[in-house]
Amino acid sequence: MRTGLFLLLFAICPLAVAAEPDESLPVPADEFVYCTVCHGVQLMGNPIIKAPRLSGMDTWYVERQLMAFKNGWRGAHESDEVGMEMNPMAAVLSDEQIREAAEFVSKTRSPLPPVTVDGNVENGRARYMACAACHGIDGKGNAALGGPALTGQNDWYLVTQMENYRDGIRGSHPADVYGMQMRSAVQLLSDDQDIRDVVSYINTLNTNQGN
Amino acid sequence: MNTDQLTRRTFLNLVGAAGGSAAVYQTSMAMGLMQDTGPVAMMDLKPAARAGNRVAVLGAGIAGLTVAYELEQAGYDVTVIEASKRIGGRNLTLRHGDIVDEMGNTQVCNFDDEPNLYFNAGPARIPGHHRRVMHYCKTLNVPLQVKANFSRPAYVHETGSFGGEPLRIGQYIADARGFIAELLYKAADQNVFDQPLSEEDKERVLQLATVYGDLDPNGIYQGTRRAGYKSGGWVQPAEYHSVMDFSELLHSRFWERGFASSENPDWAEPLMEAVGGMDNIIKAFVRNLKTKVLTNAQVQAIHNTSNGIDVVYNHKGERHKLSADWCFNSIPTHFMVAIPNNFAKDYREGLAALQPGNFFKIGLQMRERFWEKEGIYGGITSTNQRITQIWYPSHDIHAKKGVVLGAYAFRNQSGFFERMSPEERIAFAADCGEKIHPGYKDYIEAGVSIPWGRMNHMMGCGTNWSDEARDQFYARLQRPEGRHYMIGDQISYHSSWQEGAFASAEFALLDFDQRVRADAAVTRKG
Ligand SMILES: Cc1cc2nc3c(=O)[nH]c(=O)nc-3n(C[C@H](O)[C@H](O)[C@H](O)COP(=O)(O)OP(=O)(O)OC[C@H]3O[C@@H](n4cnc5c(N)ncnc54)[C@H](O)[C@@H]3O)c2cc1C
Ligand code: HEC
Ligand code: HEC
Repeated sequence: MRTGLFLLLFAICPLAVAAEPDESLPVPADEFVYCTVCHGVQLMGNPIIKAPRLSGMDTWYVERQLMAFKNGWRGAHESDEVGMEMNPMAAVLSDEQIREAAEFVSKTRSPLPPVTVDGNVENGRARYMACAACHGIDGKGNAALGGPALTGQNDWYLVTQMENYRDGIRGSHPADVYGMQMRSAVQLLSDDQDIRDVVSYINTLNTNQGN
Repeated sequence: MNTDQLTRRTFLNLVGAAGGSAAVYQTSMAMGLMQDTGPVAMMDLKPAARAGNRVAVLGAGIAGLTVAYELEQAGYDVTVIEASKRIGGRNLTLRHGDIVDEMGNTQVCNFDDEPNLYFNAGPARIPGHHRRVMHYCKTLNVPLQVKANFSRPAYVHETGSFGGEPLRIGQYIADARGFIAELLYKAADQNVFDQPLSEEDKERVLQLATVYGDLDPNGIYQGTRRAGYKSGGWVQPAEYHSVMDFSELLHSRFWERGFASSENPDWAEPLMEAVGGMDNIIKAFVRNLKTKVLTNAQVQAIHNTSNGIDVVYNHKGERHKLSADWCFNSIPTHFMVAIPNNFAKDYREGLAALQPGNFFKIGLQMRERFWEKEGIYGGITSTNQRITQIWYPSHDIHAKKGVVLGAYAFRNQSGFFERMSPEERIAFAADCGEKIHPGYKDYIEAGVSIPWGRMNHMMGCGTNWSDEARDQFYARLQRPEGRHYMIGDQISYHSSWQEGAFASAEFALLDFDQRVRADAAVTRKG
């Protein structure tokens, strides 16, 4: 009965309902507000700042990336201007704060990001077969193998990351074991078009309502 | 020089190449192109009615505070929501103990605790034709003083020219004008233009050239006392500087920057600054507001509703909703793309089409005002090193210490400094300064760096409007979206000037007032 009433209200007055703040969304502690300055409200991603969507990301992956930035495995290469934006943001975090930040990140929720890459989905599907072991058939990641979820991510960001792996900007540091795995895996794609195609396919795996 | 084939166009090009911005400027002056920002609208806002008078102002920079002040004067109930810990936005003056809220590199300003030791990390100069800035400074009692922006005794410094030695700007300009004048004199004398000058005009041009460059009676530049004495000149006979090599002058790129800067009306003498720091403008607004600006309050969502507008914001770890009747929003557009809203598609596309610009400044506290010993009292030294400029304070002359601007980088150049640690930035600026003022490093006692691209809740200054974005979206973003007005210097043709922020606030308020009056008229009739 309740649901029925809610739906009815929604139908009549969508604006007013949309304006109600969702109390289940996390509010960042003061020390992590700055994450939202670049990554947006609920870490929804900001294409102008080139900061990707982080909403609902798995804690283990966030922690690992924050460590990678902090250790200079990511965002230290001289031609990685975008990565260098993030690097100092992680450098100031203690191990404890990294855990807390990851906790916050994993709780955030936002709508799925818009589609901006227009590749060949069929070719992408074929290419993706080689990715599925580590990133899951559904693209939701494989914690056991250390492959993060690729769904729910800004497609432009997926493209730049694969270019970064390919060009040795990410995944080149000898201590960055997981990054190096992905660096080898990206060789499975032969060119820019392959990258765009596989990203277009990943976009089709975004079936839920966002996280 | 072969002037036989000189056409007017090639002549003008030549003058331009030799640093003739002054000449170009004269032309635009003559054509009446000198900018004026237009009369200040008398804010005769319709007094607020009892209903519909709640206003949400987002962002407490110049634009937000202006709207808040004017609407309070008209009787509105205003709430100002500001994400930062402090009020003022890009209008930031740093003094002893202030925090520089750079993301990833929080700094504390370590200047001595003295009223004259402050650094305008954002706006630092006000030209008199910025009428709105002047209007509010006058109305709100913010004392102003003249600030020297240009100084002939300051230096031109180019690592690849003049043996890398700093040269007095006055000497440079005198010789550059001498050479330009000599070219003009020769061209006129031989009357080699495609449309020859009349005899009378020719005479006038010869006289103009002679006065412009201080030429000898034969139209030759032999040097001038305008370049300053090398020695003597008072009780001993004067010795003048020898004339510089023209090709070396041409080779240096100073004419691209230093030569043109004081010709831009926004940088033209006389400029002004607020006595004691530019943020006195902010303090004056705060003094005159009834409402207490809500700081540490970050906007999370904006939704027009059927009869109002809802703003969701986070404050001290909690979420709040403010229901208002109107909203004036100065949040940088590059954040608006990641703040949920229910705006129309074209409006959102407009917000997403703008790119943030960037600035970087360093302020250095010097244990002694060594520049005054070199005869410099205010003004700017220009260098082709990455610091680009050194500014000397023109306030508190002969005080013991002073704060100089030790670097001012623009746009992409800012990134170079951004990527350094605060200590590395100061050390870099110190090395650059040393090439101009021997002993510079040892005078530095304290320093702060402000990379606007990394400042919390700001991330840039000087919105970049591409021509296409201007055509497609400017008028749209000036217009309200429901009960929401976008304001700030970003919604002006003069982004990165306070006047742009004031003007956008005024524009929005006038539009708003018309609407309110129209609504009232309808209600009365109905
Ligand atoms: C280095 C530098 C030099 C300059 N030199 C001059 C000069 O010499 N003369 C001159 O006149 N002008 C100068 N300017 C420009 C001047 O500073 C600006 O034009 C003016 O301060 C802009 O005011 P504003 O209100 O439009 O924007 P801002 O001051 O940027 O205000 C926007 C506000 O929004 C807040 N905000 C951001 N996100 C949120 C959120 N989610 N929720 C709530 N609030 C939020 C910000 O914290 C900020 O306070 C300079 C600027 C810089 C950086
Ligand atoms: C100054 C802007 C900025 C701030 C502040 C910032 N980030 Fe980032 N972040 C970025 C950018 C840009 C990237 C993308 C880097 C790249 O392309 O390699 C990024 C990448 C990341 C990634 C990697 C995502 C992935 O899929 O691999 C994580 C995780 C992250 N940020 C978390 C955070 C957290 C947590 C905070 C706050 C503690 C934070 N960021 C603050 C700009 C910022
Ligand atoms: C051998 C396992 C493996 C395979 C196969 C693999 N990846 Fe990865 N991938 C990883 C790991 C591990 C990471 C995380 C690396 C790190 O921690 O920096 C990663 C990261 C990524 C990222 C960056 C995600 C982010 O949020 O920054 C993208 C994009 C990506 N992989 C795409 C692909 C695609 C497309 C394929 C198939 C062509 C593929 N991967 C194949 C293991 C793999």
